[in-house]
Amino acid sequence: MLTGLGITAGYREPVITDVSLTVHPGQTVGLAGPSGSGKSTVARVLALLHKPFAGTVEIDGETVTGYRFKARQRTKIGVLFQQPRLSVDPRFTLRQAIAEPGADRVDELAEKVMLTGDLLGRRPHEVSDGQLQRACLARALALNPRYLICDEMTTMLDASTTAALVGVIRAYQQESGAGVLAISHDATLLGRWADETVRLSAPLPR
Amino acid sequence: MVNLEIDRVSVRFALKGATVEAVNDVSLTLRPGECVALVGESGCGKTVLASALLGFLPGNAETSGSARLGDVDLLAASDHELATTVRGRRIGLIPQSPASHLTPVRTARSQLEEAARVLGGDAEKAAERAGLLPEHLDRYPHELSGGMAQRVANALALVGNPPLLIADEPTTGLDRDLVDGLLDEFRRLVDDGHAVLLITHDLAAAHKVADRIAVMYAGRIVEVGPAHEVLDNSKHPYARGLANALPERDFLPIPGQPPLLTDLPAGCAFAPRCEQATEICEDRPVLTDDPHAVACHRPC
Repeated sequence: MLTGLGITAGYREPVITDVSLTVHPGQTVGLAGPSGSGKSTVARVLALLHKPFAGTVEIDGETVTGYRFKARQRTKIGVLFQQPRLSVDPRFTLRQAIAEPGADRVDELAEKVMLTGDLLGRRPHEVSDGQLQRACLARALALNPRYLICDEMTTMLDASTTAALVGVIRAYQQESGAGVLAISHDATLLGRWADETVRLSAPLPR
Repeated sequence: MVNLEIDRVSVRFALKGATVEAVNDVSLTLRPGECVALVGESGCGKTVLASALLGFLPGNAETSGSARLGDVDLLAASDHELATTVRGRRIGLIPQSPASHLTPVRTARSQLEEAARVLGGDAEKAAERAGLLPEHLDRYPHELSGGMAQRVANALALVGNPPLLIADEPTTGLDRDLVDGLLDEFRRLVDDGHAVLLITHDLAAAHKVADRIAVMYAGRIVEVGPAHEVLDNSKHPYARGLANALPERDFLPIPGQPPLLTDLPAGCAFAPRCEQATEICEDRPVLTDDPHAVACHRPC
C-alpha cells in the first residue's frame, strides 16, 4: 500500500493542505482537479521527489524518512511526467535512456512498450513525443516498481498512443500487482482508466 | 478576406544518408469563417506543415508545391517579405505552451505593446478582447497561470488583426475549463470571419470547434471532411482507429507503429497496420475529390 497521510506541502506557501490518499497494490487511483489544485505536488511527494511540510508517506507499511536524494525507497516507485522531452537526457539514445536505471533488460523492456530496434538507436530529438514517452515508460518499469505515478502522462499523446500506454501499464499491473496513481485533468480518461478517482478542489484565491 | 490555398505541398529534410519525408503532397483549402482541424499523432507532419506556412523551417528543408494566401505564395516568399507583410499581419500564430513562448524577462504588457507598435494594432483593445485585466499585463510570464499565459498569447496573435490564425496544439496542458474557454474564443473568431487552422492531437477539441477535420498520417492527408462525419463515420481505417481509441469509445490502440519518415512504404503508408489491407494497397491511394474525401482503396 502506498499511503500519504495528512500531507501538507508546497513551495514556501502550502499548495496542498492535509491531503490523504491511498493506492492499494494492483489498484489504479485517479487524481483529478483543476490547474493549480496541487495534483503535481501530490505526485512529487508520493514519488519522494519533494519533502512535505507535514504528514507522512508510507510504502508497504514502511514510513518514509528521507525525500529527494535521501529517499532510500526511491526504486519502489516509478514516475512518468507530462513532457517526455524534459525527462530524458538529450545526449542519450533511447537505448541508453531505458538502460539508465539498470542495463540488463533493455530489449525486453523496449518490446513491452513496442519500441522497435532502429528507434532505440535514436536520440530524443529524432523521435516523436509518443515514441519518447514509450521509452520513459520502459525506463520507469526497469526496476519493477511496486507503484507507478503517472503525472499527466498522456497530455502530449494522441488517442491511440494514450490507449496503448495505458494498456502496457495494465499488463504490468496484471503480472506484478503494482499500484498506479493516474493524474489527469481529463475526467473521461480517468473514468475509463482508474478504479476510483479522487478529486482535489480548486485552489483558494491568494 | 482571401482563401488559404495549400496545393500539393511536400517538405523534405536532408539528413546525412537519409531524407525525411515529413509532409507529402498535401492540398487543403481554408476559407474565411472556417475552422479546419488538422489531427494525427505526434510526428505525422502537422507542425512541419504549419512551420512551412510561416517560413519557420530549418535550413535543411526543401519544399515543393505552393501555399497561396491572396497574392503571396508563402513557400516562395523571402523571409523579409514574410516578416514584414505576413507574420502577425496576415497570419497569427498561437503557439504550443504559451508561457515558454513569451520572453521571460519582460512583462506581458511590454511584449504586447511592442507587437502593437510594430504591427499597428491596439494593445489595450487586444488585451481586453482576450479577457485580460490591466493588472495581468504587468506580470512576467512566470507569474502567469497557464490560462492567463494563453490569453496573452491570443492577444499577441490577434493584435495585428490577421485574417488567418494558426494554432499549434493550443490546448495541450490546459485543463478542461480552459480548453472550453479557448475553443469558444476560436469559435467567436471564426464567426467574425477569421479562418483558423487548428493543429491538434486532441480529437475532442477538434470535434467541438472545427467545421472540417483533416486527418494526417505519415505526412499525408488520408481523410478530410465535415468534423462529425470524419469522427463518427470515418472512412479511412486509420481515422476510424484513432476515433475508436478515445477513452469514451473503445479505448483500444491501433496495432503497430507509424512508419519511419525516412523509409516510407511505396504504397499506402498505413497498410502494414491495416486489417483490411490487400495487394491493391501496394499502390498508393489517391485522395478522392469529395466533400468527405478519403485516400484508401478499401474505405470502411
